[in-house]
Amino acid sequence: MAITTVPGTRRKPGRPAAPRPTGPPRTSLGRKVRDNLTGHAFLIGAVICFAFFSWYPMIRGVVMSFQRTRRGVTTWVGWDNYERIIADPSFWTAWKNTFYFTVLALVLGYAVPFFVAILLNEFRHAKGYLRILVYLPVMLPPASALFLFKFYAYDPGDAGLFNSILKALHLPTSQWMQSPEMTMPAMVIASTWMNMGGAVLIYLAALQNIPGELYEAAELDGAGIWRRIRHVTIPQTRLILALLAMLQIVATMQFFIEPLILANGTGAEDSATSVAYLIYQHGFFQNDLNGAAALGVIMLVVLAGFSAAYVRLSAKQD
Amino acid sequence: MAQDSGTRTLVSHAQLRRGRGRVIYWALLTVVVVGFTLVFLGPLYWMVTGALKSGQEIAQTPPSLFPKDPQLRNYADAWNNLDLAKLLFNTFYYAAGALLFQLVLDTAAAYALSKLRPAFGNLILGLMLATLMIPAMVLIVPQYVTVIDLPILHLNLLDSPFAIWLPAVANAFNIFLLKRFFDSIPEELMAAALMDGATPLRTLWSIILPMSRPILGVVSIFAVTAVWKDFLWPKLVMPSPETRTVSVGIYAFSGGTPMNVVIAASVIAAIPTVVVFLAFQRNIMSGLTTGSLKG
Repeated sequence: MAITTVPGTRRKPGRPAAPRPTGPPRTSLGRKVRDNLTGHAFLIGAVICFAFFSWYPMIRGVVMSFQRTRRGVTTWVGWDNYERIIADPSFWTAWKNTFYFTVLALVLGYAVPFFVAILLNEFRHAKGYLRILVYLPVMLPPASALFLFKFYAYDPGDAGLFNSILKALHLPTSQWMQSPEMTMPAMVIASTWMNMGGAVLIYLAALQNIPGELYEAAELDGAGIWRRIRHVTIPQTRLILALLAMLQIVATMQFFIEPLILANGTGAEDSATSVAYLIYQHGFFQNDLNGAAALGVIMLVVLAGFSAAYVRLSAKQD
Repeated sequence: MAQDSGTRTLVSHAQLRRGRGRVIYWALLTVVVVGFTLVFLGPLYWMVTGALKSGQEIAQTPPSLFPKDPQLRNYADAWNNLDLAKLLFNTFYYAAGALLFQLVLDTAAAYALSKLRPAFGNLILGLMLATLMIPAMVLIVPQYVTVIDLPILHLNLLDSPFAIWLPAVANAFNIFLLKRFFDSIPEELMAAALMDGATPLRTLWSIILPMSRPILGVVSIFAVTAVWKDFLWPKLVMPSPETRTVSVGIYAFSGGTPMNVVIAASVIAAIPTVVVFLAFQRNIMSGLTTGSLKG
């Protein structure tokens, strides 16, 4: 590496050799244009992909929801698609199911990983093994994991995995996916088993950032384990807890593959139909892409409402 | 024995090493290790061995813990009847292409956004990150409509691998991970390279990329597993039996195939991701936490 001053470099004689931390200082206009062009040349591939497959579809979705295509002719129909979608009785069933699933998944899939993480964080042994175990189901293709649940775990006969366990414990067996009451809990159990690993690992990382002195001080003040969790662990991980709650609500409200595979779409007495499944039904089976787009926009508005409420709440707390 | 170098957690180490604390600690640890093994490994064991059982044995009560007469017939049937070799190859091909496109285009974009910083760079980054807020299900219909008739070019990408590869590039999360890593590379290195007359491409190739191996590993694993696990998108854009992915193929056959054969196929479909996970679990776990926590 030559340390001589090369013509064209931007270091002025007499200036300290250390380059400035931010970008090239003074450059000619032509140089600036050229640098910009180079920068954009590096960006262009990704930008094109975003434009075609994210940004444009976003706009297209909203536009489509106000149009109707019949025999290749597209016309503006105002709110017709929305009215048709809302008039469909399965619309309200699907929302009811979706909220029910989301709440159940929040109770089970949100609290359980937090306490699992607290427990794992205390252990000095078998740490790696337990972490691998918890995350292993996350790596399975969801279709594979759900067929396991469908055929083996939720077999309504006595030979099913869950029913055998219930029977061994002398508890009443269940019809699982064939009973409208059990459909949702069964889907939430499968979904939590498949997905909780990610949340556990994120909580574990957050727990490791809590300064040990806080626990020490709390203990000196006579706080027991539960009070230490309430007054140290939870406040210290509040931000990550709130963020994951938000992400989980958005993710679970889009649940789709669980009803498709476990319940053949709708389940017993429509007990499994989700909004996402309804979008799929309208778009790809009822030949109603415009109605499906309208349903998508409704879903976006509802989820945006959740996000706004979340931002409001978290801003208030700080 | 226990390392005391770790920081203090909920319960102090000293308490866990003495008398009652020690007994409770070991009892709890045993319960958790056994319980977790049953909960998370148990179903997988059931799956692998269940597919080794005959149709009668799987239906018997109470179920047998070990297959009485283990036979590979279900696995062989799954392999042949579902043409799993073809399905696995398709999935591998889509995953490898998605990985390649993401590594080239997303790395270049993140490099531009982090180091070259062209005009409107922050606006573009903002627009990319905004896509993280849009739920995937909301976009599925307009994305499908776009893919069957690409605007301006009027191409139909159905059954073409590009229908999976190109949308995979529009991954704001991976760009964000890469950009954040590049941000941590000192500006002095860039300036030094510039002074030596290196072009931006050369700087990326010879300086930035060799330093970024950990994050490139994380992004690669995410890219591959995302394609392998995806279901609805490949189901929609790869409709013909010759181009299906393995998950979609198993689903398509699940109606008219004996359930033990479906399970055997599911086991085979899961093997590649499980192997990737066991081989790279350190990278995956560190990537998960850096991506979510400090972001």
